Amino acid sequence: MKRLLTLLALFGALTVVAAPAIAQDKPAAQAPAAAAPAAAPATATAAPAPTPNKGDTAWMLTSTALVLLMSVPALALFYGGMVRSKNMLSMLMQVFVTFSLIVVLWCIYGYSLAFTEGNALFGGFDRLFLKGTFDAMKGEFAMGATFSKATPMYELVFVAFQATFAAITCCLILGAVAERMKFSAVLIFMVLWFTFAYAPIAHMVWFWMGPDAYMDPKLVDGINAKAGLLWQWGALDFAGGTVVHINAGVAGLVGAYLLGKRIGYGKEAMSPHNLTMTMAGAALLWFGWFGFNAGSALEANGSAALAFMNTFLATACAVLTWMFAEWMFKGKPSMLGAASGAVAGLVAITPAAGNVGIPGAFAIGLIVGPLCLWGVNGIKKLLGADDALDVFGVHAVGGIFGALMTGIFNSQSLGGPGLVTDWVTAKVGSNPILDQLWIQAQAVGVTVIWTAVVAFIAFKIADIVVGLRVTEESEREGLDITEHGESAYHM
Amino acid sequence: MKLVTAIIKPFKLDEVREALSAIGVQGITVTEVKGFGRQKGHTELYRGAEYVVDFLPKVKIEAAIKSEMLDSVIEAIEKSANTGKIGDGKIFVFELEQVYRIRTGETGADAL
Repeated sequence: MKRLLTLLALFGALTVVAAPAIAQDKPAAQAPAAAAPAAAPATATAAPAPTPNKGDTAWMLTSTALVLLMSVPALALFYGGMVRSKNMLSMLMQVFVTFSLIVVLWCIYGYSLAFTEGNALFGGFDRLFLKGTFDAMKGEFAMGATFSKATPMYELVFVAFQATFAAITCCLILGAVAERMKFSAVLIFMVLWFTFAYAPIAHMVWFWMGPDAYMDPKLVDGINAKAGLLWQWGALDFAGGTVVHINAGVAGLVGAYLLGKRIGYGKEAMSPHNLTMTMAGAALLWFGWFGFNAGSALEANGSAALAFMNTFLATACAVLTWMFAEWMFKGKPSMLGAASGAVAGLVAITPAAGNVGIPGAFAIGLIVGPLCLWGVNGIKKLLGADDALDVFGVHAVGGIFGALMTGIFNSQSLGGPGLVTDWVTAKVGSNPILDQLWIQAQAVGVTVIWTAVVAFIAFKIADIVVGLRVTEESEREGLDITEHGESAYHM
Repeated sequence: MKLVTAIIKPFKLDEVREALSAIGVQGITVTEVKGFGRQKGHTELYRGAEYVVDFLPKVKIEAAIKSEMLDSVIEAIEKSANTGKIGDGKIFVFELEQVYRIRTGETGADAL
């Protein structure tokens, strides 16, 4: 009976979301932003429509698979190693199933909500069930935009690439609520939070009409107005400092508060049960992150090369500085510290990846190590929540730091690539550093508030429907057996 | 007959086994155990969380022997398991009432 109720609740949540979608579905679908290049040839007489570059396509398909690797197995192992052995499978399951759930929702309505034209906060419903991305009769694929003029990409590649981002962001939250949250509550929360926090934030930060829409200086204001709110403000987020890390980190903290502390927190030992897996997970995260960051260039070009190198450098810097800081202040250089330093470096360089130069990568990587070490010690004590695997301390703290530093080190005067100041001519320049820093701070603020409010409501709804937390007895026995009926280890 | 139980440092196991074999002990049983004595535990630090580990890993060996071997067995264990540092362990000696060999049904000293 209880199980049936859970299923019904999940289905209900889906329908509530889908209903307005169907109602608003217009027969004459507007061309989604990304399809702008495809619309152009209708008026033009000469020049055939540009086709996607095969190298770009190959790189983006590879990147997409790399981001899948970041979640399953990398994040699952990274988190799984840090929980107690009685909760290992529950951690693996939550990541594995959340990832799959979000990919399905992404293809039903998530992509449309995030990456089609709507208002400044939400996208529209033109791409429900990915309608229009592939015309079976004509055998034609819809085109999406990249960051270069006349350089389209298959929209389906973009859909898949972004699906992995949505899914891993939701998975990140699971670290904060580990070892005590009901599996059914996890699923309900994920549906709600993904719909009302991930999709709109992604829309606000990343949705725009594409470079080819900017054909005439007179059109610029009108085209800008169709983009997401934070894009309009000029916020820079290369691969997801706001959309992914701050978004998930803050939601995780809210969850940790609402769930309460694990039984025995602060009294019983809750040591990681297998740091070997955590190290393997961190290493695979680093590997997959090349797809995440360098793939966010959307082309196999110089911007991707810059993002790739910065992802290498900042991460290595953060491993060293976290380790040395820990050695200095805590007495020993630990494996968990080195692995955590790697993740902190990866998080911080994410918004900056293709937006800063090598000096920026050095600065961000070197500072974020000790900063996040403080995040999992000082800030954690200050907040007083049982953020079990430090999602806030690493992802939110590192993400906010990276987002702000992006505003500083983007400037060409500090070795950054600058930004496109005029999309009609694709002219590159730099904003005054303080101006850009202020824009970044506003984007961070909007993200923090939006995700905190949505997460609070989503956790409350899950609590009302099925209850957030397992019983005390189940928690003591471990979620592997009580929630999933299996044990990770038979020894 | 006596049952000798010794708690020793795990890395000393091989030396103790060799010393016992050398004086003619026919078999021992080994168990990995944890416990505390005068030797202090250690602290483990995971990010912000510090845990004191009170129970240290030790090895427990058990040997059933003839009474007349007792002194040499104790001497062998004391010598081979000694490092001179705190935490070397202890030896407990029990009277052993009866022994049976399951395969043949032999009893007493014959079954040792």
